[in-house]
Amino acid sequence: MAVSSKAPGKKTEKCTDFCWMIGGPQGTGVDSSATLFARACTVAGYWVYGRREYHSNIKGKHSYFQIRVKNDPVLSHTDPVNLLATFEPSTAEYHAFELVEDGALIYDPKLTDPAKLDLGKNVLLFPIDFDEILKNVSDETGKSVAALAIMKNAIAVAASSALASVPLSAIEEALKGIFTGKKSKLVPLNMKVCTQAYELISSHPDAKKFPYQLVEPVKPEPNTRLLINGNQTTALAKFKAGCKLQTYYSITPAVDECIFMEEHPEYGVVVVQCEDELAALNAAVGAATTGIRSSTSTSGPGFCHMAEGMGYAGICEVPVVVFNYQRGGPSTGLPTRQEQGDLLFAIHSGHGEYPRMVLAPADVTEQFEDSFYAFNYAERYQTPVVVLSDRSIANNTMCVPIFEQKNLKIDRGDVVGTPDSFDENDPATGLEIFDRYEITESGISPRAFAGTPGRIHWLTGDEHTPEGHITEDPVVRIPMHEKRMKKMDLMLNEVPQDFQYKLHGPEKAPITLVSWGSTKGAILDAMRVLKNKHALDVNFLQIRMMHPFPAEPVKQILEKAQMAVCVENNYGGQLSQLIQMRTCFDITDHIRKWSGRPMSETELVDAVLAFKNNKAEAFSPRPNEQERILVLSYGI
Amino acid sequence: MASKVSSSLLKTPLKGSQLKSDAHPDWCAGCGDFGITNALQQSIAELKLKPWETYFFSGVGCSGKTSHYVQCYGAHTLHGRVLSFAMGAKLANPRMTVIAAGGDGDGYGIGAGHFMHAGRRNLNMTYIVFNNEVYGLTKGQASPTLSFGAQPKSLALPNPIQGVNPIAMALSCGYTFIARSYSFDQKHMKSVLQAAIEHKGMALVDVLQPCPTYNDIHTKDFYAEEVDVGGRMVPRTYYLKDDGYDGQVKNPNSMAEVNEKKLAAFERAHRIEQQVPLGIFYQIELPTFTDTLRKNIPMLQQYEAPVDIPYTSNTGHANVDLTEGMAEFVV
Repeated sequence: MAVSSKAPGKKTEKCTDFCWMIGGPQGTGVDSSATLFARACTVAGYWVYGRREYHSNIKGKHSYFQIRVKNDPVLSHTDPVNLLATFEPSTAEYHAFELVEDGALIYDPKLTDPAKLDLGKNVLLFPIDFDEILKNVSDETGKSVAALAIMKNAIAVAASSALASVPLSAIEEALKGIFTGKKSKLVPLNMKVCTQAYELISSHPDAKKFPYQLVEPVKPEPNTRLLINGNQTTALAKFKAGCKLQTYYSITPAVDECIFMEEHPEYGVVVVQCEDELAALNAAVGAATTGIRSSTSTSGPGFCHMAEGMGYAGICEVPVVVFNYQRGGPSTGLPTRQEQGDLLFAIHSGHGEYPRMVLAPADVTEQFEDSFYAFNYAERYQTPVVVLSDRSIANNTMCVPIFEQKNLKIDRGDVVGTPDSFDENDPATGLEIFDRYEITESGISPRAFAGTPGRIHWLTGDEHTPEGHITEDPVVRIPMHEKRMKKMDLMLNEVPQDFQYKLHGPEKAPITLVSWGSTKGAILDAMRVLKNKHALDVNFLQIRMMHPFPAEPVKQILEKAQMAVCVENNYGGQLSQLIQMRTCFDITDHIRKWSGRPMSETELVDAVLAFKNNKAEAFSPRPNEQERILVLSYGI
Repeated sequence: MASKVSSSLLKTPLKGSQLKSDAHPDWCAGCGDFGITNALQQSIAELKLKPWETYFFSGVGCSGKTSHYVQCYGAHTLHGRVLSFAMGAKLANPRMTVIAAGGDGDGYGIGAGHFMHAGRRNLNMTYIVFNNEVYGLTKGQASPTLSFGAQPKSLALPNPIQGVNPIAMALSCGYTFIARSYSFDQKHMKSVLQAAIEHKGMALVDVLQPCPTYNDIHTKDFYAEEVDVGGRMVPRTYYLKDDGYDGQVKNPNSMAEVNEKKLAAFERAHRIEQQVPLGIFYQIELPTFTDTLRKNIPMLQQYEAPVDIPYTSNTGHANVDLTEGMAEFVV
């Protein structure tokens, strides 16, 4: 696996784009050190993107975290690493080859021998005696070295910050943000360790030679940005939307969202860990019929279990919001890794036909919006809404403007309350039957919550009459099924166009990338590089509402495109299949990746150039000669 | 200790016949389902439950259709999933009286996982299992309660596997009310159903019932006949309380009493060879899931039920303020 020699950062004292990596056996503080570094950089005024990679394992296997730091907003990672920070031996062994030729390695000389690593010629070496720093702090504070050992990763972070010109004060402020309340006493202790490491590296004769010292950023207003991942974002959006029941069965990478909700009982959400995903979805459906907003979150394997409940919610017209954070499949697949493999399953899950909406957010900001509006759409159209997110959005950290709250309105759809005819002293009036499934022109029947006097009705997964009783009569079946299915036309007509799809970049360009979901970040970042460094205009058609599908506008854009290249994190090109099915437009150029790793800006820049230059050796051989497929595979 | 939230009762009672819906049962003549449904309609009326605050969930199969025949909110759900749907509704609106029902295949077969965890949660709900030992709607296959070697008429060979004991199973799953009744013993059905509905916690009522079409072993005649016990002819079914049995735990904090009552119930649950005991095998009052949630979630101390929590301000804007929730991520 050769690394592109092109470093993301410019090799001058004016570095504005920088990639840092830390790693180690799981359970040794890799995530917390990455969080600290990301936060310190953000406090200092930079923008960051954090990519987390880990195994399905509790302790021991190799995990790593990349933090890309830029002077302006950043949406993706790059492949080459400018600074590799290690506090144990395995990370240097795994990742040395990813260091750019004039990058730097921070390491413990007792554990790592740089001569044995696959390093570039000019890599700067910064050995740190971690034990000595810990011993100094131990002597000073009286705490045992063993008790301080967990701070080795803080040493690596402080040393990295010194090299990259991130001020020590930013680390302190970041620590204060992380250790709050009772844990705040850990801040001074960590700072003692960090200060020693920071000073050690700052005074190192090679420190000034490190070519990727970051330019001081234009500092954004403090407290205007969030450093957040998709799991946390979804939980916040659910609070905002007024979700009052969250059910789940533990699964990576959805469970962190549920735990976060459980940790915040102040928002009044009942969070229930269920015995399985069948119970999770069905309980959410049962709850929704009484008038609360309910939701469940899962990943592909769990979503498989939910297929039957989806159909029930569809035929019974119950609003429920289901989150599927896709991961590598099929079956248990790659439980902790990225893939966009569930698109066709999500739009077809369950037997028979029922209306549903499938939204595919592409970053944390869209994750927030889609999660919020999914509840509105579910209630407006009285049907299940799937938010089809993925592992990258769930686990990767983004720095984004604070989520805008003031324009968020709740739409509970067409709901009727207690009828005027109800008289508390005459209980027979409370027994009145309500035509819950009244045949209407729009397809939407007014809805009454179970518990409302005088609106008695039934639900059944069988085909049913307007009041909800079983029928197999074609005279009822035909208009009832049509009424339900028509709601999808309504969605296409009512959901704002820019929520359904968006053309990013110039209206006309020699290359149009077509994609969905979390590839957006790498695509937008790559477009900037292609424009600035290669003078190549590229635009990007992002599909966000996957079902019902905005076929007409997508077709129009594709027909105007000079060269359309579909970009997907899967093997089969599921979006291109969907486009062909909905529009009859055949996309023949594809960029795909199914290694279980997200696409990087680096990969996409190279891939788009390969299409531009028709670089035959870049394409994988396929039986269909009309097709050009470029397969990406970078990353361990 | 018990949940204080319960539906307020009707001042003017309704008649049992008013709880019958306009949908007509399509069960076979002589089906045990009629007796259970009738007892349920009568019980709702006699307990003065508000039908609009009563939510009846059913599974799939012949018994699954029951929800359509009762004039209250009803949901005919998915096969085996009835307890999950019911749980969601009860969590969302604890004011509602939630009753779930399904067949023995629904509850002890395809839905067995939910059966177990519903007991552990101890929500304040009632679960009625229509137990006729066969899958009637698909023409008489063996259900989980059919005993080893039994061969009702649709089985090609005698049942090759053991049947489960629902009472013993419920005991180990944590049900806080466990009873058995018989569908053609209307008086008993009603008294047990009413006790189950009034019980604060998760109640199981396993109802023995003939399937006149497919179970030619345990027929109405079988349950009606007298049996020879030690040379004495006695009725097939008898009431536990007439035998001096009391399954109710008086002091839930006494482990000794709890263990004693559980063991006694377990022993009684297995006395099914000749005579079949009916009645309450075990009952204990413990905190319900709703009680525990109320302790953990401050808003549920302010509002009686999650359905009561308002969503919007006067302007239609979402009234939840995320400022504090976002604080830990703000830089």
